[in-house]
Amino acid sequence: MSGVRPGILARVGWDRRARIGGALIAVFVLGAILGPLVLGRAPVELADVVARRFMAPLAHTSDGAFHLLGTDRFGRDVLARLLLGARISLAVGCLAALVSTLAGIAVGALAGYAGGAVDRAIIAATDAALAIPRVPFLLLLVALVEPGAAMTVVALGVTGWMTVARLVRSEVRAARSRPFVEAARALGLRPRRVLVRHVLPNALTPALVAAALGVGSAIMLEAGLSFLGLGVQPPTPSWGNMIASGRDALMIAPWVALSPALAVALVVLGFSLLADALESAIAAESVAS
Amino acid sequence: MRVVSLRRLVVAVLTVVLVLTATFAAVHLTPGDPVRLFLGPSADEATVAATRRAAGLDRPLPTQYADWLVRFAEGEWGTSIAQQRPVSRILGDALGPTFALVGLSLLLTYLAGILVGAVQASRGGSALDTALTAATTFLFALPSYVVALGLILVFAYAAALWGWPAWLRFPAFGAASVGADFLPPAARLGDAVRHLVLPITTLALVGAAGTARFVRGAVLEALRQPFVRAARAKGLGEARVLLRHALRNALVPVLTLLGLQLPALFSGVVFVETIFGWPGMGRVTVQAVLARDYPVVMASTAVFAVLVVAGNLVADLLTSLADPRTESGR
Repeated sequence: MSGVRPGILARVGWDRRARIGGALIAVFVLGAILGPLVLGRAPVELADVVARRFMAPLAHTSDGAFHLLGTDRFGRDVLARLLLGARISLAVGCLAALVSTLAGIAVGALAGYAGGAVDRAIIAATDAALAIPRVPFLLLLVALVEPGAAMTVVALGVTGWMTVARLVRSEVRAARSRPFVEAARALGLRPRRVLVRHVLPNALTPALVAAALGVGSAIMLEAGLSFLGLGVQPPTPSWGNMIASGRDALMIAPWVALSPALAVALVVLGFSLLADALESAIAAESVAS
Repeated sequence: MRVVSLRRLVVAVLTVVLVLTATFAAVHLTPGDPVRLFLGPSADEATVAATRRAAGLDRPLPTQYADWLVRFAEGEWGTSIAQQRPVSRILGDALGPTFALVGLSLLLTYLAGILVGAVQASRGGSALDTALTAATTFLFALPSYVVALGLILVFAYAAALWGWPAWLRFPAFGAASVGADFLPPAARLGDAVRHLVLPITTLALVGAAGTARFVRGAVLEALRQPFVRAARAKGLGEARVLLRHALRNALVPVLTLLGLQLPALFSGVVFVETIFGWPGMGRVTVQAVLARDYPVVMASTAVFAVLVVAGNLVADLLTSLADPRTESGR
């Protein structure tokens, strides 16, 4: 018994929500990897600004360049920037979710396995952290250092571990008293080995749902911070600062802001569909067994 | 019951102290010097030292920490560096507009969310249910700033462009029109309400989508319970079974959800207030961050947390009123 049970993976594979969500994520990941390779950097750099700015989607320029999603105020191709921005936004979102999930697993495992006063103190701290609205606290953290991609990962990581910690804690507490764990302890294994090798692998499945949701919300928040001018800084494109720069031109060139906005929405939707499917699969599997 | 409430109160106060500690730690234990960040790279050493002393930042950390806790409890939150006004007055002015936004959007969130969720559950598996599930899933994935921009695009810009009737066009900025102070009271109220429409709709759309998803699940769960079968066996009508038996029992977890939704709602408030230029706590915080105005940022983060803790207490209280078992069950 270790890791995610195969039954759960099979159920997720058959779930329509997981297929749609996975397809959405795959489209953006592939686009992020291949897009800049295919389109090159040229469309992102400044060219003849006056002639090329705010061209509508599907426009051809006089020299034959084609702009599927139009151009922004500097005549840069929106699609090329969107895909370059996808690299930043997806990387920041995934890294931040990874940081917060790992932190949550560590904190939750410690609380659940130690029990007693340690457990109560950690749970109190976790509940207190849950009471802090995330965005105002993120703003506080961002205000203390120069904004940028690395800072955004750290700030999102340290503000997002609580849900995972609570889930892992209750799973660890449940797994702790199961026979195979007692057997491992009776064999004389050291506590850390019992925790890492025997308890944790059986306690991580619910954390998967929280991790999937965590990637979505980290991408959403990264874009939000960058939208406020407190995350990834221009000219590096991220979906958030693209929305912000298109906001002033919302009336004359709505595609500049709407393209990255839709990208954020679709990726977040992809991750939340995946999380929904995982959750149902876990519930169905626990009923079946 | 009173003993348990006291225990909750103690937990709430402890939570606020922990939040204040986290706020303090975030400012004082992270790399980066608030004073230098505020003054900029060209400031000379004498100015830096003078500003540090004026803000009390040259004292030992434990003293500063104790001072911060005491002063926060007393409401003495210092002076804004950027505005040179007392922080308590700046935040006091901003609280009212934020309460209006949060209160009204919460009301709409729950009305719409419970209605949609209950309708979905009562027609579980139908085409309507599937369509509404798809719609709420999509809306729930939309960041509030995207919803806000979309609403502005349609109801402020496009409405004017396409010549929609005046009652379908809404202002996209601020809490009142220029010169609204000179209008008669009724017109002034109308003006304020029109300014509230887009920000509240933004928050309520996202919130209601999440609530509807939750209510649908809770009502479907309740409809499977033995007491619903008993109610049907008594020969009660389906509407009565749904409203009096299933929905009523499903609302207890929904009240618990209120406590969990508040932090997310206040996060949404930050974006919505910034986009709509709404003079509330969120906009004050963002402006203070951009101006590196630490006294304001620290106090507003703490006030946000106090609001969430207070909201949690209210949610707990409502839960125990709605379902007395939660008291003895703990």
